[in-house]
Amino acid sequence: MTPGSAAPPAETLGPVDRRPDPVQLRCPVLAAEPAAAYRRIVLDAGEAARRALPGQFVALAVGEPPTAMLLRRAVSIHRARAVDDRFGGAGTIEIVVAPHGPGTQWLTRCRPGDTLDVVGPLGRPFPVPASGEARPAVVVGGGYGSAPLLWLAAELTGDVDVVLGAATADRLFGVDEAEALVGSSRTWVTTDDGSAGEHGRVSLVLERLLSRQLESAPAVDVYACGPMAMLRAVQELAAPAGARTWLAVEESMACGIGICMTCVLPVRGEDGVTRMTRSCLEGPTFDGERIRWDAIAFGPGGAHSAVPEDCLGAPQASGTGH
Amino acid sequence: MTTTDARTPTRTDGGPTATGLDPRTTIGSLTLTNPVLTASGCAAAGRELGRLYDVAALGAVVTKSILREARSGRPTPRMAETPSGMLNSIGLQGPGIEAFLAHDLSWLREQGATTVVSIAGNDAAEFAELAGRLAGEPGVGALEVNISCPNVADRGLVFACDPASSAQVVAGVVEAVAGRVPVLAKLSPDVTDIVAIARSVLDQGADGLAMINTTLGMVIDTDALRPVLAGVTGGLSGPAIRPIAVRCVWQVHAAMRAGLLPPRPIVGIGGILTGLDALQFVLAGASAVQVGTTTFHDPSAPWRVGRELAGELAARGFTRVADAVGHAHAVLEQEGAW
Repeated sequence: MTPGSAAPPAETLGPVDRRPDPVQLRCPVLAAEPAAAYRRIVLDAGEAARRALPGQFVALAVGEPPTAMLLRRAVSIHRARAVDDRFGGAGTIEIVVAPHGPGTQWLTRCRPGDTLDVVGPLGRPFPVPASGEARPAVVVGGGYGSAPLLWLAAELTGDVDVVLGAATADRLFGVDEAEALVGSSRTWVTTDDGSAGEHGRVSLVLERLLSRQLESAPAVDVYACGPMAMLRAVQELAAPAGARTWLAVEESMACGIGICMTCVLPVRGEDGVTRMTRSCLEGPTFDGERIRWDAIAFGPGGAHSAVPEDCLGAPQASGTGH
Repeated sequence: MTTTDARTPTRTDGGPTATGLDPRTTIGSLTLTNPVLTASGCAAAGRELGRLYDVAALGAVVTKSILREARSGRPTPRMAETPSGMLNSIGLQGPGIEAFLAHDLSWLREQGATTVVSIAGNDAAEFAELAGRLAGEPGVGALEVNISCPNVADRGLVFACDPASSAQVVAGVVEAVAGRVPVLAKLSPDVTDIVAIARSVLDQGADGLAMINTTLGMVIDTDALRPVLAGVTGGLSGPAIRPIAVRCVWQVHAAMRAGLLPPRPIVGIGGILTGLDALQFVLAGASAVQVGTTTFHDPSAPWRVGRELAGELAARGFTRVADAVGHAHAVLEQEGAW
């Protein structure tokens, strides 16, 4: 041990890490088609496709070069196929893009034959139980947050329930895919306005599934992706039920590769210390128990994080901070 | 699917390339194998880019600013995209010098990367303490002094905006370093007279200047009716500020040519996206350049711009980087003589 090694490293979420190194590629668009309120895009992604794991994302440059939109758009990987027979055996990455603003709108205008500058695969994949260990799981997707979860569900070996929720029917994504994967009896749909499935939020169904699971061992794992407010609701239901949660957060990112420090969340490391933690590098999938929900507020512009007082390097009351 | 060049940068040992250009450049006693560096705060401490390519192929890795203690940085949102740029309000998040030495500098050394360590502090004493420790560490090629942070002793006024504060910080750093590595002072464009600030730090023995840092900006969310950034204001960077940066380099280099400032190397920074952008800085008077915000847009940029700049210099008949430094001044002077 060197004398300096007493100092805590910046990364502390544990040694178990399946993150492959990313690559930067120019990827031809193989297919682009509407999917509910979103657009599903298939990329010829070669090495990135071969490396990607469920829960990871890609960071895409947007706009015709030279573009005035400098920041990459982080989009979760809906599915990666090392060999995609639909496209002559190419390695493909499929993404689902929601047109939020000018950058994502540009992405939804891509056509087959166009080329996208892609960095990926990025981020920490969802942890999955060791092979042979079949644990029951519930996956919960809000809106297009379901995109990375169906690939994950296909890789889980235990019984899986899929809960898909959205504000309105046209904002649901992946219902058919889920039914094909786990059957309609294990696919649960909610909408805020009642235009499809049950009238209400995903928490309605999750609560029911968790109480059912309570009576049986082993404990259930909950995987979720969607807006931060939904993730908090999932955590609040799952934790008392003894379920482990893996939550994929959606933070806005400038780079996606860990160099800009903008996508941070207060998260407790394995040493118990809270740090402002990069969601691109140490997330986007986090153990829900480690997220400092007490420091996350929900405003009109979305979720934002305060710096908890006990965070490593938090400003001192004396004012020696920033 | 095609692989970008980002995946396969090769190390150069320096010396002339096939194009006939010798890409080496010097900053004081430090020789760089090529004149394109990363910029502080836009490459962390190199490790993340190292997952994409060999960071030893870069002119240098310039680290995010290191402070004495760990610092959490500011609440979020910390960032807003702006036309051809971005605002950031990170608040110097970092692990502190102990963790930097143990986990980051050691990694950079193992890679064989040329490393410029950026330092920041709450007061002049913190800068000097950091400089003294780092100058003796193997693997530190130069120090860059980030004086664009608030001076706690002076009501939080930014050091870089005041010649006396800037001079005080640099004097302490230069004394602590005692000539072991070159010291670069990084200047802010948010001043009335950048030549006066440059003079204040060069008079204290700075070996060179890095310019410019971000310029202060702000964006308001018209739906939420409040500022976007949790920190209210933030630093504007990217191609949007490139003309400001080229102007600053031009003014300071002009003052050096006129004998109003001691001649020292300038490292140009501000919105460099391509080799031609970098060439503008060299022609204005920069001996090297840093690629910052563009690295978020294109992680391969610090390496790519190096290759492009070499090509552009060679295409214009330059055989050494030094011959092109400030060349646009010479062209104007010649035109004036006619």
